[in-house]
Parts: sequence; structure tokens; C-alpha cells
Amino acid sequence: MDSVSKYFSGLFTGIFSLLKGMSVTWKELWTPKVTQQYPENRDTLVISDRFRAELTMPHDENNEHACTACGICQMNCPNGTIVVTSQIIETEDGKKKKILDTHQWDLGMCTFCNLCVITCPSDAIKFENTFENAVFTRSKLVQKLNNEGSSLREKKKEVKPVEPKPVVEAKPVVEAPVTEAKPVVEKKVTEEVKPEEPKAEKE
Amino acid sequence: MILNYSQPLEITNLTGWLDSALRSSMSEFWVLLIEFVLVGALLLTAYAVIALILIYAERKITAFFQARYGPNRVGKWGLLQSVADMIKILLKEIVKINRSDRFLFFAAPFFMIAASMMTFGAIPFGKGLHAVDFNIGVLYVTAVSSLGIIGVLLAGWSSNNKYSMIGAMRSGAQFVSYELSAGFALMTIVVLAGTMQFSTMIEGQRFCWNIFNGHISSVIAFVIYLISGHAETNRGPFDLPEAESELTAGYHTEYSGLQFGFYYLAEYLNMFIIASIATTVFLGGFLPIQVQGWDAFNGIMSFIPTYVWFFGKTAVLIFLSLWVRWSFPRLRIDQLLNLEWKYLLPINLINIVLMVILVLTGLTLKDIFGIM
Repeated sequence: MDSVSKYFSGLFTGIFSLLKGMSVTWKELWTPKVTQQYPENRDTLVISDRFRAELTMPHDENNEHACTACGICQMNCPNGTIVVTSQIIETEDGKKKKILDTHQWDLGMCTFCNLCVITCPSDAIKFENTFENAVFTRSKLVQKLNNEGSSLREKKKEVKPVEPKPVVEAKPVVEAPVTEAKPVVEKKVTEEVKPEEPKAEKE
Repeated sequence: MILNYSQPLEITNLTGWLDSALRSSMSEFWVLLIEFVLVGALLLTAYAVIALILIYAERKITAFFQARYGPNRVGKWGLLQSVADMIKILLKEIVKINRSDRFLFFAAPFFMIAASMMTFGAIPFGKGLHAVDFNIGVLYVTAVSSLGIIGVLLAGWSSNNKYSMIGAMRSGAQFVSYELSAGFALMTIVVLAGTMQFSTMIEGQRFCWNIFNGHISSVIAFVIYLISGHAETNRGPFDLPEAESELTAGYHTEYSGLQFGFYYLAEYLNMFIIASIATTVFLGGFLPIQVQGWDAFNGIMSFIPTYVWFFGKTAVLIFLSLWVRWSFPRLRIDQLLNLEWKYLLPINLINIVLMVILVLTGLTLKDIFGIM
């Protein structure tokens, strides 16, 4: 008797649950489609600001960048993607100074780990979200980031009153969750930064 | 009384004109020869075209069920996508498999396509669009459509590949089981209609479709026929013969190019055939919706040509099949056989007895309300 009632209750609950499943898919049939129609929707496409697609070196209106050619990005790159070449010149007051010759980045080898940007003491490079990087030859993937005839931005003046506050404030926030290995690097970075530019927002 | 509504869009006008034109200029033998060739060519063309349309419709509706757009790059709304796919499949190389049984390997797709083609010819598409009208039409359709399983089993055996073999065996078990249910469901309606010929069966449904005529018993038979037809075509929740995750592609793993195309075509056409037989047997075939006594309404409905009615009803059933396919998860082989042998078959047997009682005691709707 029990097995008979089980048979019939199983049959009807089965039919009921199948109909329920079909009602779900029926509703799904009429939901708006979420597929992005990519090449056509270029104008309205939203790419996250944090998306790392292309390494760039921002230049200001005077064609000046912030790279001191220290080579920290090159040292930190796990893949050897970045090659910084520099030259030593002599300034007017007789000091020897290292200036950037070429900052070369190979998109084809990059893993977009962001280590170069994090460790850059002068905030000279950053990742942009311009993602359409397809090219026809591999050699085009190797890019020179500094513009032709660009030079190092002379700073120190306007920056000083601004910088102490953000650095002090941001430091504990940033460093709190970081594991043991990292603070060493971070401290170095922040120490080096102090005389130069406000960079707390950079994390 | 029945046939005096005007049907200006009907294809019988064209075929009648063609027939009389041929007869006026040729002897009987040549007329028949030309007409046979024309009908054969038309059926083959319709077979291919319907398959292309079905493939497109399936991909589109599938996409809508998954909140996607589906093919929309080739042609307007992707309409040419299946044509492009067909050209691609025709151009592909037919790979010869080492250590396969060459003859059976090449013969298998033809069994499949011939079986579905023979069934296709027996479908009444509209008034005057019925190529083969045997007096045992239902029996013929069930008998011929089950030939297709030979193609599947041969494909699995001759490929010399264990996945193909397992897929073919599963397919065989499934097909043989569900063939039984489908046959019984059709038999229930044969009891109700009192005929096995499709044309008289359709004519009998003019004012009361079989699904309404036999009410409870017919509805049960209809649902069972749809389930088992779905299982016969190896689709939807019953697609375990070609379960991609376990058996790569099942019995047609080793096929390429045109031969794979044959299986693909036959699969889609079998879906269409199942839906159109369900239309013919349960939903009044190509006849328009007609209500006894409402002459104006009947006239308007008859104005729509019968082939439109047929394809409309079939399209609804095909949509139902797709809906089911994208709603339910795949069954295991034991669940599949449980469903057939523990549920569908006993219900079906009781259902036939119920139908016999309904017919004998005069409890069908036609008897109760005196519909002719």
C-alpha cells in the first residue's frame, strides 16, 4: 500500500515540478538579453577604470613625464617585460644626472600584474583600460612608452604643502591588511616618495 | 456542405492546373513519370529547407531561453547562418577511419536519412499535399521511422570506437523502449478515430480534434506521445546517447562532412516528423479551426490555406519540444528506462483500455454533443 501511494505521489509531484521548471524557463525566455553587441556598441561600452589593458606613461602638456629612469619597474617585472634604458648627462651646474632614454614595454609578454605601477616611486606609469590591442605582427606589441623628445618633469615646488597629509593618513589603511613580505617594499616606496609627489591615493 | 467555403490560396488549384496541362499533351505513362519525379524532387527540397529553417529556429530559440541573441551576424538577424553552415559542411572532407568497417560505416547514414525521408513522405502537409496516403498510414509511419535505429546501431558498431558503440547501444535501448510508448499512444487514437489512414483521420477531426474528442484519454495519449517522441529523437532531457560530457558525440563521433550532415539533418527532421504526426493525429492535421454551425467563422478560417495551418500547429509543437529541451536536465540511463517501463507503459496500457471503454459506451465528445 505504501509503495502504491509512493508511486502515485511521486508521479504527481514529478509532473508538478516539471511544470514549475517550465514556468521558470518561460519567464527566462522573455528576460531582456544581456549580451554586449561589441563592435557596434563602442560608444556606450563601459570598461572598468581598474581594467589593466595597456601600460602608459602619462605626459603633461609640456611633453614631460615623471620617470626618473630608476629601473625599479624593470627589476620588479616578473617576466622581463620592461626594459628601461637611460643615459647619464651633465646638468648646467655640473651635476651628473641619469635621464630616461627609452622605456620599452612588451605587451606580448606582460601578465598585467601591476607590480611595475605599484612599485614605481614617482608614479610615472599607469595601466589604462584601452583594451583594443590586437595587432598583426608581434613586433608591434613592443611599445616605447615615453614620447619622442620628452623630458623629466621638474617638481619639488608646488608639491610640498600637499604631500605629508595624504601619505600619513593613507599609510595605515593601506598597510594594515598587507602580509609580512610586503610592508618592506611599501615602506621603501613611501620613503622615496616623500620628497616628490602626493601619492597616497595610488595605494 | 463541408467543402463549399472558398479557398483561393490553396495549392490544389496549382497542382490541378499542372495535372490537366500535362494530361492534355501527353500519355498517361509520361504524366505519371513526370509527376512522380516532381513530387520526389519537391519532397527532397522541402526536407533540406525545413531542416535549415529548423536549425536556425532552434539556435535562435535556444539563445532566447538563455538570454542571448543567438546567431545574428550572417545576414539580417543571422538568417543566413544555417545556409553558411550547410555550405561549410558540404565542403568538408569525409574522413576515412582506419580499421572501421568501411561498407557499414558509409551505409549507416543512408539508413538514417532514408528512414526519416520515407516517414516524411507520408505526412499530409496540406490539402492535396499528401504524397503517400496508405490505408495503414499510422502503422506505416511507426514501422518506417523505426528503421532509423539501424543506422544508429550500424554507425556505432562500424566506427570501431568505444564511445560510438556505447552511444549507439544507449540509443538503441532508448529507441526500442520509447517506440513502444509512441506506438501505444497512436493506437489509442486509432481506437478513437476508427481508422489508420491519415486522410480519413483528418477528415474526421473537422469539427472536433481528436485531443478534445477523447478528452482525458486523448490528452494523456498526447502527452505520452510527445514525451516518447522527444525521447525517440534523442533530444532534450533524453539526449544521453550523445551526451557530450561522457561520449564526445555518441554514435556519430567518427563522422565528418556530409555524413555527419546526414545525421544532423535526420535529427532535426525527426523532430519535425514527430511534431507533424502529433499534429495530424491529435490536433486536426492541416484543417483550420472550425466550429459546427458558425458558418461565417468557418469561412474566414478556411480562407487561411491548409498548409499554413499545418505548419503553424507543427511549429507550436516544435516550440514545445525546444522549451522542454532547455528546461530539464539530462536523465541517467536508469531513470530513462524507469520512466518508460514503470510509468509511461503502464499508464499507456490503462489508457488504451480507458479509451476503448469511452468509445464503446459513447462517452466521447462527438457522441455526447452529436458533432459530426
